[in-house]
Amino acid sequence: MVWANAIIQGVLLGGLYALFATGLSLAFGVMRLVNLAHGDLAIFAAFMTLSISRTLDVNPLVALLIVIPAAFVVGYVLQRLIFDRVVGVDPAFQIVATFGLGIVIQNALLEKYTADTQGLNVGTLKTSTIKVNDTIGIGWLPLLTFITAVVVLGSLALFLKRTKLGRAFRATSDDADAARLMGIDIKRVFAVAMALAIATVALAGVLFGARSSFDPFVGPARLIYAFEAVIIGGLGSLWGTLAGGITLGVAQAIGRQINPQWGELFGHGVFLAVLVLRPTGMFGKAQAR
Amino acid sequence: MTDLLVLDHLDVGYGDFQALFSIDLHVEEAETVSIIGANGAGKSTLLKAIVGLVQPMHGDIRYDGLSIASTPAHKRVAQGIALVPEGRRIFPSLTVEENIVIGGDIGRPGPWTKQRVLEAFPLLTRLLNRSGEGLSGGERQTLAIARALMANPRLLLLDEVSLGLAPIVVRQVYEAVPVIKAQGTTVLIVEQDVNQALAVADRFYCLLEGRIALTGTPRDVTKEQITEAYFGMAGGSH
Repeated sequence: MVWANAIIQGVLLGGLYALFATGLSLAFGVMRLVNLAHGDLAIFAAFMTLSISRTLDVNPLVALLIVIPAAFVVGYVLQRLIFDRVVGVDPAFQIVATFGLGIVIQNALLEKYTADTQGLNVGTLKTSTIKVNDTIGIGWLPLLTFITAVVVLGSLALFLKRTKLGRAFRATSDDADAARLMGIDIKRVFAVAMALAIATVALAGVLFGARSSFDPFVGPARLIYAFEAVIIGGLGSLWGTLAGGITLGVAQAIGRQINPQWGELFGHGVFLAVLVLRPTGMFGKAQAR
Repeated sequence: MTDLLVLDHLDVGYGDFQALFSIDLHVEEAETVSIIGANGAGKSTLLKAIVGLVQPMHGDIRYDGLSIASTPAHKRVAQGIALVPEGRRIFPSLTVEENIVIGGDIGRPGPWTKQRVLEAFPLLTRLLNRSGEGLSGGERQTLAIARALMANPRLLLLDEVSLGLAPIVVRQVYEAVPVIKAQGTTVLIVEQDVNQALAVADRFYCLLEGRIALTGTPRDVTKEQITEAYFGMAGGSH
């Protein structure tokens, strides 16, 4: 039963990893952009939420009503001002531009908030638990996070499948020049994709900040988990990203159950094993290009 | 007749490499014009410049009387220019139906609708739910033409539609040209297959190493003249 509990906690944690990974997967899928500032933007959103909830004296989850639309705008503007210049050129430029942005965000947060660890106080939600039996308890916050991840991924999948703009996303991902020949403004597609990416990772950052403490420098570690979730699940597959997040979460939970120090080790181990045994990931298609 | 498309002293290149030199070309409304030339003569580059996938170095492109040289590619589609690109460029992760529909998402209103396109190309009807991946060459080419027509272009550009297709399939694909012309659409065809290109054209241009070597109507030139312009040498002297 102890093991069942560990696995359940791992699955729920996987939802959070998947939420972190969604935007990374989307940006890579649509424009082959690897945004190394992805994790820092999540933490940036957590700090914004902290400020807003303190200033307006509201629950951090209420502050999301401001933070998510703001993150959408930030993503759109970042794409137009910075990332557009490094899409479709030597990947080294992407690394420098996005890594540099990450450092700028970390240091800006350090200036404003100091290096102190912070937490988002979501009240009793953080501690309330559904008690299944003596050994299994499901926390409301992890459950809510998992459900949020499924809803976000499901909505995104529907958007891509059913809407005209979603069709334009898929066409641009397949062949950007051919998409332009269809009259698609690919710069706009890129900007909306990045806006969605940053909005989802802002949500992830806030849910992360509600369950763990954070400081200006924890973004890169979030980025690693997001990468691992995307790659375990398979590039370009949204449901694969959820599966990847869950695999990572469960691996960490199992490791932690064996030895409290082994959680991260097991997570990274599973990631490396997937890279060796199935480089295209669980649901990834072989890359055409 | 008025000119729908005018290229005026057009130079086009990629970086340090210049592919086209001082091209003067005009296409009248409802005319069918072919551009022939050997591999590497600059034919595809010419079409890419017209649709805006490459930017001219010098000179002007006028469409319906207005310069479009600095208009972004995606806006030229809404103005009525559609390209069937070399290699078809079908979207593999879209279904055949989605590949057709996406052509009309941002086009002009006009006679070509999904239903109308399927009537003109019945072969596509049974493929609608198939993925864009794994179609045969002829199916891909037909789909690419159908997709371009969905934008209801005034000017349709066809790039190497016969490339890699069996002769019987080429004939089937070319049977679409009169149907397209019947809608009043102006057609500019780039083709390595000279006979095919001249059979459907009102006029032609022959490119040689980025320059126009010969122009006229298919009736007015001899086979020798074309051979010389195509290969850059007098026919039979090699």
